Amino acid sequence: MCATCGCSGGTILEHHEHGHEHGHEHGHGHPETRTVTLEQAVLARNDALAELNRTWLADHGILAVNLMSSPGAGKTTLLERTIRELGARLRVSVVEGDQETVLDADRIRATGAPAVQINTGAGCHLDAQMLADGLRTLDPPERSVVLIENVGNLVCPALFDLGEQARVVITSVTEGAEKPRKYPQMFRAADLVLLNKTDLLPYVDFDVAAFLDGARRANPGVEVLQLSATTGDGVAGWYDWLRARLP
Amino acid sequence: MHEMAITQSVVQAVCERMGDAPVRRVCLEIGTLSGVVADSVRFCFDLVTEGTTLEGASLEIVQPTGKARCRDCGAEFALTDLLALCTCGSANRELLAGEELKIREVEVLA
Repeated sequence: MCATCGCSGGTILEHHEHGHEHGHEHGHGHPETRTVTLEQAVLARNDALAELNRTWLADHGILAVNLMSSPGAGKTTLLERTIRELGARLRVSVVEGDQETVLDADRIRATGAPAVQINTGAGCHLDAQMLADGLRTLDPPERSVVLIENVGNLVCPALFDLGEQARVVITSVTEGAEKPRKYPQMFRAADLVLLNKTDLLPYVDFDVAAFLDGARRANPGVEVLQLSATTGDGVAGWYDWLRARLP
Repeated sequence: MHEMAITQSVVQAVCERMGDAPVRRVCLEIGTLSGVVADSVRFCFDLVTEGTTLEGASLEIVQPTGKARCRDCGAEFALTDLLALCTCGSANRELLAGEELKIREVEVLA
């Protein structure tokens, strides 16, 4: 429809040599346009790159796990303990995503594991291209584990496939039991949910049953493990989960 | 605020598909359960399209609402959010609609 006079035009809008009278003057002429149906996923490019990452990882026998949480849930502490306790038997390397600084990669390297830091700047999540770049720099050995620490954020990372084999969402008991209800998209994307900092349960008002109920409403049947990355309570279950997924 | 990255993906995809043709209109499908806020995409669109073949294009957003099928009782029902249960009480449902995130069509100068 012509926005100026309201005469109908259809999909192809012709130059305005109208065959009908308007009864008013307007000197506009619509350039000819055509409508093209695309029906294309907005994230098609990212998804294609993610698929390339997935194939590359599978071809090299590498297990890649995407760890997502809000800032301060304990991702880096869990990684440090995992590497210290499994590092002798499993070759682990780490891709660290943060908006700024190399602080987390430094913490990981202090455990002896190779780590690459990706700074997303204004970006709030890692994407498939960033993981591809990280893997190129990291050059992880065949038959090893790559743990990807996504940017601390319970919203954006859920939408971006990296090409990982599994997604783990970490929540800590200091954050509040309503997190799955507030961020269902993230919990829906999870293959495993870790409830961290359980050593603090006696000191905080955290309803574990409500948390579990929320997580299973967002993602029925999702496995939830409770642990403390600080004391080591419950981490054996996390290690078993990791080992069970090794190629 | 992943809508900036989402909008950049839209512009990149349209530029790749349509080449140099000036784009006058873009129509997106953003489901109400997609996790993408349509108003934020609108806000980002003018910023991101500046200096591209999409500059000045109008943006239409169609928002399909959520629909699910219960895996336990088989009922189909409207899903207003990702936590809503089937009337039988089950959370075990398959999403049929509401997660769309795609570029439906564009209008370009012929």
